[in-house]
Amino acid sequence: MPVKNLNIKNYIYKFSIFNFKCTFAKNFWNLKLDTDLIMIISNKPVQYLLVTLLALTSSVNFASTPVDSVSVKHETVESVEASHAEASGHEENVGHKIEEEFNASDLINSHIGDSHDFHIADWDGHPVSFSLPVILWTKNGLEIFSSAKFHHDNTGEHIVDINGQKLVRYKEIIFYADKFETMTAEERDNGAFAFDARPLDFSITKNVFSMLMSAIILFFLFFAVARSYKKNPNAPKGLAGFLEPLVTFVRDEIAVPNIGTKKAGKYMPYLLTIFFFIWINNLIGLIPFFPFSSNLTGNIYFTFVMAFITFIVTTLSGNKSYWGHIFNTPGVPVWLAPIMIPVEIIGMLTKPFALMIRLFANITAGHIIILSLVSLIFIFKSIAVGPVAGAFVLFMSVLEMLVAALQAYVFTLLSALFIGQAVEEHDHH
Amino acid sequence: MQLTSPESLIFWTTIIFIVFFILLAKFAWKPILGAVKSREESINNALASAEAARLEMQNLTADNERILREARAERDAMLKEAREMKEQIIADSKNEAQEQGQKLIEQAKVAIQSEKNAAMAELKLQVSTLSLSIAEKLLKDELSNKESQTKLVEKMLGDVKLN
Repeated sequence: MPVKNLNIKNYIYKFSIFNFKCTFAKNFWNLKLDTDLIMIISNKPVQYLLVTLLALTSSVNFASTPVDSVSVKHETVESVEASHAEASGHEENVGHKIEEEFNASDLINSHIGDSHDFHIADWDGHPVSFSLPVILWTKNGLEIFSSAKFHHDNTGEHIVDINGQKLVRYKEIIFYADKFETMTAEERDNGAFAFDARPLDFSITKNVFSMLMSAIILFFLFFAVARSYKKNPNAPKGLAGFLEPLVTFVRDEIAVPNIGTKKAGKYMPYLLTIFFFIWINNLIGLIPFFPFSSNLTGNIYFTFVMAFITFIVTTLSGNKSYWGHIFNTPGVPVWLAPIMIPVEIIGMLTKPFALMIRLFANITAGHIIILSLVSLIFIFKSIAVGPVAGAFVLFMSVLEMLVAALQAYVFTLLSALFIGQAVEEHDHH
Repeated sequence: MQLTSPESLIFWTTIIFIVFFILLAKFAWKPILGAVKSREESINNALASAEAARLEMQNLTADNERILREARAERDAMLKEAREMKEQIIADSKNEAQEQGQKLIEQAKVAIQSEKNAAMAELKLQVSTLSLSIAEKLLKDELSNKESQTKLVEKMLGDVKLN
């Protein structure tokens, strides 16, 4: 399949930038984030959205003393060159010029990864973030608290006492403090799967929050469209006029050619849901400010679940001839079955596996490229690089918008293809 | 990319996606797909009926043309017939007039003849009467004197001798 080959080339190209490591004073980054914050706070609709959508249990919190006066704003200008208060550095003296190495790799990793706080901007050297609820299943049961308790710490130094349990956070993973002490650096870095050293983490992370938001937006969007059909039985207009061609596109270009007219209707809701869900989350990831900017569709766990659901749907839809092809491939001698059956079962699993990797790699690679281009400004320590990098970022962003739609299309198309293979009637034997 | 705790995102993605899917399927996809389908059907029906109307229109036009053609032919036939009839009538009336004239002439002739005959008869009668009276007068005159009587007799005898 030509599409596949193209993608693999893409990955190789994009991942070459992944390894790109560089260092530079982090403080210039603050300049950009400060302007982001000012833009957000002066933007009332965004603020309104912020309050309505996110006023669940969380609150915007500042790393140290609340910033509430004009004089503080004045200081911000001075602190443009001040040190970036890393999660660990919130207790350091702000305003002192500490030259820190700018590490593009760390920056990129922190932006494409998941986190317990929704980082909005750095203000006066302190990270300003939206604290999301931390939900843990500890040895003593369920614990729910705000991620603000960690005080932006991600180094495992700040110990949080939750009902007598000592917890630390290291690189967005929450460990039991006593177990964390005994771990080596390597064990700590691979802590995501050290289930004995940490409580189960069901936190509403940045990605979960973003997913919830996208689901709510999509639901209201399509609910409004569905309602408009009741009022207006004529040709669609407005929102329905915009979204209906997309719905009919999924039906006529994805579902019907791959599944067949007769059975396509049954799978249409699923295909439409994944198409729009992946697409909107791809797009949300491209918007570079709060409450967007999460890298949900570029997260391997998310793509794993989506691919797994397609796998479940495919497996449950499998008809007699589908299973017949797996356990008793027509035209193959019976004595080959010990080889054929494992091969066919691996074939069943590689299809959703490819789905998972394709979406993850495409979206993550796009984010890495854009962040790398932005990092160039700080690596070269020159404002002259700005317009050049900006032009490239603009180009990449436009390209990523195409990729956002394309990957949603490809994911849906391949899901439809796999389902189509499972429900296909083989009447030639 | 720093891997974070997998269970959080996997758990929430599964929950959110399933709930989202069920809600959308019930409240959005079902009515939207239904509306799109029913509208497509109605568009197809409208197109089909438009096509039918077009065919019907075509048939009607063809019919109209046929009727017009027939009417034209009928009119031509009628005109032709009328012309023929006119000629026929003219010819007939000519003949009749001729016959009638002939007859009148004949009758006139006959009448003239009979009148002439009657006139002749009367004339003859008149002449004979006049002749008799003349003869009578002459005879009276002639016979009134002896001499003339004798001359006459002699003359007559003279004629007889000739015979």
